[in-house]
Amino acid sequence: MSDHQDNLPATGHTDGAHPGGHAPARVEEPIANPGMERHLPRPTDVDEAAAKRAERQVATFFVISMISAVLFCVAYFSFEVGESPDTFGRIGASNLTLGLSLGLALLCIGIGVIQWARKLMADVELSEPRHPVASSPEDRSETLAALSQGLEESGLARRPLIRNTLLGSLAMLGLPAIVALRDLGPLPDIKNTLEKTFWTPGARIVNDVTGRPLRPSDLEIGGLVNAEPEGLVEPYDGEREGIEYLEGVELLAEKGKAAVIVVRMEPEDVTEETSNWGVEGIVCYSKICTHVGCPISLWEQQTHHLLCPCHQSTFDLADKGRVVFGPAARALPQLPIEVGPDGYLVAVSDFREPVGPSYWERG
Amino acid sequence: MSESVAKTNGPNAAVTKKPTRGASAVTWADDRLGLATAAKKNLRKIFPDHWSFMLGEIALWSFVILLITGVFLTFWFKPSMGEVEYMGSYAQLRGLHMSEAYASTLDISFDVRGGLLMRQMHHWSAMLFIAAMLVHMMRVFLTGAFRKPRELNWIIGGLLILLGIIEGFAGYSLPDDLLSGTGLRIADGLVKATPVLGTYMSFFMFGGEFPGDDIIPRLYMAHILLIPGLILALIAAHMLLLVYHKHTQWPGPGRTEENVVGFPMLPVYAAKAGGFFFITFGVTALMGGLMSINPVWKYGPYNPSQVTAGSQPDWYMGIAEGLLRIMPGWETSIFGVTLSWNVFIPGQLMPIILLAMVLAWPFLEAWVTGDKREHHLLQRPRNAPTRTAFLAAMITLYGLLWAAGGNDILAVIFHLNLNHITYFMRGAVFVVPILVFMLTRRWCISLQRQDNETLLHGYETGIIMRSAEGGYTERHLPISPEAAYTLTARDRDTVHEVEAGVDENGVPASGGRIAAVRARLSQAMYGHNVQKPTAQELDEGHHHAEDEHAHEIEAGLDHSADGHQFDGRHPVEGEELRSH
Repeated sequence: MSDHQDNLPATGHTDGAHPGGHAPARVEEPIANPGMERHLPRPTDVDEAAAKRAERQVATFFVISMISAVLFCVAYFSFEVGESPDTFGRIGASNLTLGLSLGLALLCIGIGVIQWARKLMADVELSEPRHPVASSPEDRSETLAALSQGLEESGLARRPLIRNTLLGSLAMLGLPAIVALRDLGPLPDIKNTLEKTFWTPGARIVNDVTGRPLRPSDLEIGGLVNAEPEGLVEPYDGEREGIEYLEGVELLAEKGKAAVIVVRMEPEDVTEETSNWGVEGIVCYSKICTHVGCPISLWEQQTHHLLCPCHQSTFDLADKGRVVFGPAARALPQLPIEVGPDGYLVAVSDFREPVGPSYWERG
Repeated sequence: MSESVAKTNGPNAAVTKKPTRGASAVTWADDRLGLATAAKKNLRKIFPDHWSFMLGEIALWSFVILLITGVFLTFWFKPSMGEVEYMGSYAQLRGLHMSEAYASTLDISFDVRGGLLMRQMHHWSAMLFIAAMLVHMMRVFLTGAFRKPRELNWIIGGLLILLGIIEGFAGYSLPDDLLSGTGLRIADGLVKATPVLGTYMSFFMFGGEFPGDDIIPRLYMAHILLIPGLILALIAAHMLLLVYHKHTQWPGPGRTEENVVGFPMLPVYAAKAGGFFFITFGVTALMGGLMSINPVWKYGPYNPSQVTAGSQPDWYMGIAEGLLRIMPGWETSIFGVTLSWNVFIPGQLMPIILLAMVLAWPFLEAWVTGDKREHHLLQRPRNAPTRTAFLAAMITLYGLLWAAGGNDILAVIFHLNLNHITYFMRGAVFVVPILVFMLTRRWCISLQRQDNETLLHGYETGIIMRSAEGGYTERHLPISPEAAYTLTARDRDTVHEVEAGVDENGVPASGGRIAAVRARLSQAMYGHNVQKPTAQELDEGHHHAEDEHAHEIEAGLDHSADGHQFDGRHPVEGEELRSH
């Protein structure tokens, strides 16, 4: 043991011996490598009966797999998915049987093959030498020579004009590549998109499910209604003249910005600044979180706090939508409202600041 | 050279036979392709065996399953945001207006037989793909398998994880249900927080103002062509490098830096890896059949004015979610522009910084040690205490951010105050990883000491010997030579000394400050490690054991010392403990 170890440097470093820097590390001290362990035969190597048994096991797995594949086809034609999506523990008969049969068909092939490898294939460990990853010094210098000869013959070094103009032309190709993407979208017309919503002076506030316009009496103290401007919800008793009803993409874009929540609090609980933009303790705020734009929905009656379910920014609706907790930086924009001539709640104007998440140009 | 290629690993020697039909097929193919030269070495290429080498295989096979199930889904999925009225089998949503993407996802789930199974298998294997990549990455990190010559493969692996996560998010967004739409809306908020370009990026991504009608077709292209193409190319490079470098192996008897010991590709590895593909596939099929995942029909179509409470992204987005949730609401408005630190830092900077820190570690380590040698033998995590502690700290940070990403759910389950959880997490992400780092490092060093104890004094047999004087000792027995060799088969760490600022000519050494930083790091990273005993120490240890304990060991041999005399059935003289 000690003989071997004497031949090795104490630190295990052999950098000096292999200037190429790709010498493998050596770790053979202080105990010499005893060499590979002796191979012990498995029962299947020495006992023909055991080997036969293993062979039958493997074949059995393959047969189960075949049967499962047939069962898959039977299940496919036996069950309609749509008829019973919730049977068998809410999984659905079709999904359950297809999954089980396919799973078994695949699993049994895998188990069979691995059993075959473990029990019957030769299991003697073999050793193979490693070679340095780097090429031999001869190959390396030949490559370098070929490279420099090629470059020399191209005249790239002697004719810098060609080299520089080539590099310039390749670099300029970046321009078409970038410019060609220009039509991915319109330039942001911030004034007419991010800073404008569907709210107009006199727009009715309607319930966002029923489409019914809200009156002050529809709201109890502590109550909250999710609302939209008229025109973004299917009207509850036919379209009104003079109102633009949006559809499709525009509808989604406007709904995403104009969504509001209307709450009613005890008028004395609400700060003066806040109540100036409301009616009898009824106030209206943007529903879109100023953090990253989730619709806010969790209302705590007692504290007048509104919580965003995505990242838990919390806003005080009794005090101008001030941020009381969470990652949002800005107050929830308040929509000034009043009671219209026909007794419905209407907007005084659009929001006085952009709704939703911040952006660079927001100022 | 001829010995270098294994010819047989069976008990019987090969016997020459007449050319078979298989041989003539090989001849036919080789006449046209000339592959025999390359194949002769690789068909019997040796792969070492260890359970932890299977983790990357799970990731590979999951990706294959993703390709297979994904192709099935493309036959029916319609990547369009055009509005349609749903008329399919699912009664609760019939008559509702929704995007074609959502309607076709419902069709795949309820009107295409096997469609729901494939959707669920696709989603489960995506979870498995990313999880397996992360665990595989931990394995590579903890065992030092990233060391030279494998640094490039380490970086490729890091890119694969990043691409896998982006690919997962793109796929999650495609069904255009309420949850995925909310995810896209958050993504829009993150993009808008980019300094200078944010608004432009958002408008170009969505083809106008959010949500527009371009994002689903665009994500579809990215999800089924662009990103999988990149992943496939990187996997190919990853595997080619693996084959070229030859797999790392654990040190042990007969295993050195200059060889690779294991089983040949054909037949053992081909069978094991091929069989394992079917096992992964089968388990995924069982999961798809038995475990519901992403039941989009329960969420309803996307509506930008709605959201469900307790909404959670897929688990791998959990740390970004946690970062967003615990970040304080900092924002700067200056010179007429807005900088949303509260979104930009946690949503864009931090995830990349965290990944970059882990990916950069091998290069830091190589620089500090100055080690230029190739390493093919793996290290036990305990033998690289600083590295192991660093990863433990990163895993802790990951776990904390993950928990922070579910702070609302934690609050409900444990009846805690949501705000308190968030305040706690804001501090914990800085403090706890540091504590875990220190604890893990000490733990590793203790384990190193224990290894040395075992080498010098043998293992604890659990047999307590009572000497004639009444003292008690535990009998230690030496470990087998193979086990002893395996324990010592590791490098000694070298610690760089801080050199004087001037060289022998009195000229300030170039890069003196950098060298000093390196020396200090070297001391901090390796100075506390326990080195394996030298041959002399081992010798002394054995003599010591022989001298000190010879009489005890021999004394023990003349009567049973298996502990049965203390089992309560035999009276033991002078044994007082049981008498009360």
